Amino acid sequence: MSDPPATRPAAAMPPAAAGRIRGLSDRAIAWIFVAPTIFLLLAINIFPLLWTIRLSFTNYAANKPNAELKWVGLRNYQRILTDEDTWANMQATAHFLIWTLVFQVVLGFALAWLINRRFRGNDLLTTLIVLPMMLSPAVVGNFWTFLYQPQIGLINYVVEAVSGVPASSFSMLGPGGWAPWAIVIVDTWMWTPFVMLICLAGLRSIPDYIYEAAEIDRASKWRQFWTITVPMVLPFLMLAVLFRGIENFKMFDLVVLLTGGGPGSETLLASIELKREAFEKWRTGYSSAYAIILFVTVFGLASVYVKALNRVKER
Amino acid sequence: MSAVSITEPSRRAKWVAGILVTLYAAVTLMPLLWIFATGFKSGPDSIAYPPKVVFEPSLAGYVNLFTTQTRLGAEAFAALPPPETWYDRIVRDQGMVIAGPSRFGERYLNSVIIGFGSTFLSVVLGVLAAYAFSRFRVPLKDDLMFFILSTRMMPPIAVAIPIYLMYRQLGLSDTHLGMILLYTAVNMSLAVWLLKGFIDEIPREYEEAALIDGYTRFQAFRKVVLPQAATGIAATAIFCLIFAWNEYAFAVLLTSGTAQTAPPFIPTILAVGGGIDWPAVAAAATLFLLPVMIFTILLRKHLLRGITFGAVRK
Repeated sequence: MSDPPATRPAAAMPPAAAGRIRGLSDRAIAWIFVAPTIFLLLAINIFPLLWTIRLSFTNYAANKPNAELKWVGLRNYQRILTDEDTWANMQATAHFLIWTLVFQVVLGFALAWLINRRFRGNDLLTTLIVLPMMLSPAVVGNFWTFLYQPQIGLINYVVEAVSGVPASSFSMLGPGGWAPWAIVIVDTWMWTPFVMLICLAGLRSIPDYIYEAAEIDRASKWRQFWTITVPMVLPFLMLAVLFRGIENFKMFDLVVLLTGGGPGSETLLASIELKREAFEKWRTGYSSAYAIILFVTVFGLASVYVKALNRVKER
Repeated sequence: MSAVSITEPSRRAKWVAGILVTLYAAVTLMPLLWIFATGFKSGPDSIAYPPKVVFEPSLAGYVNLFTTQTRLGAEAFAALPPPETWYDRIVRDQGMVIAGPSRFGERYLNSVIIGFGSTFLSVVLGVLAAYAFSRFRVPLKDDLMFFILSTRMMPPIAVAIPIYLMYRQLGLSDTHLGMILLYTAVNMSLAVWLLKGFIDEIPREYEEAALIDGYTRFQAFRKVVLPQAATGIAATAIFCLIFAWNEYAFAVLLTSGTAQTAPPFIPTILAVGGGIDWPAVAAAATLFLLPVMIFTILLRKHLLRGITFGAVRK
């Protein structure tokens, strides 16, 4: 970790000038320290983004690099936005997004609330519960297809054992309408601990004296929960929702390995459709426009949400 | 302390909470235990119905994972000398012979190289940038920090399209270097945000004292700040490593052979006769997930911070 350009100017200065120069060289160091990061991000994020914007106005196809490049103006955007399939994909994405958030918020908050009672062994259980969220979604998603097998899978077996519905009579990933729920279940399994951890931090940030004061005022537990616990945890919960929302809007790996978008296009989330257009049909121009639309949507929704979050925080 | 009695939950409340959370943990760990168990099942046991909880352990899955096998004609098979090693014997019991090592070792090694390479780069670049953002007046600091974070909002496929074209032109497709640079760029947001949080917590007075003692700014950074930030740097490194280790979308689109990592490889493991060899997949998953589980347990104190990019600190 030696960085000669950073040390040399300071070392070469006569001591008398050092005080003044030190400020200057601070600035130089700041730039030298920040520059590589900015450069890397410009090269690997911004330049490609600009390239994508450019491609989105063309009919470019990456598998035919020598074909004539035609400018098509806004036609790619127009076609995507007026295509009914796009809205079907957006609906599939919204279904996934909304239900995963609902389940994760409810379960995550409930778990955090229970763990916050500080029973013996709660640290160990917390560590065990968070394991799924750190694992590779691809590898885990791939293995869940095994658990979901109608003939031999563990899930169908458990359902039969609990409810009596014959295991081979339904298929979580096959036709029958269960697939959109199957992906919600796996995502909830993986990411509930995320919401739980953040809620737990929120619960632990509430000072005891607030409850003590409420207790002196003879507020019921029920009232304490709704007037103290919930409002105090809300900013944390909203932050968790922001993170999960962005992640699940981009969702690719887990779902592509569970269902690949199927059956039919029941679980064809926007980013899986994007992958098909870009890397299977090789409609690079079209899919670039699709990518830009997705990015603008995430960015727009996230900005509006962050404003709301800040308003809640200020209260 | 009489105050404790007001806010401390009753014994019954604790018991109920403990039981419910234990139940949740049991259910949530079931799929992981099932992966682990399936890795030690024989082929027929793995697809038995009802699913077998008690079974005779077998290393067939692991042996199949690490070898490629061929089927010989009945005569040639009978004429073979007796198996020499335990893994030869397992394969022979399946009616096959070992033809050579499988690609899993290489893919796993690729994951290690790309994971550690990108982690090293992310942490080095991240700690420099984070220090500058934490201590100096960088123009447009907030905008730059937000810009760094916003790079994380791009859907990976959207980034992959231009990267695919760019790498094709630069000859970086399916190379370790290409994947290391890409993962480093993706991890920069995490590295800078997390490390800035950790460095913010180191009192400035330490460096100021060092500067008065005649250290240059750079020496103060190296000899005072870096050692103080060691825990934070280690935690950040593990988070970066886990991201690179788990990443699938870029890997499946941008690598196919030389630099392919384990996540796109594992779902393609098939039995010799066709169909998915679940014990081998489970064995691969076990070997792949286990390091992350160990790291998670080591990281548990910093977990919250890592997953929220430093937004929530305990």
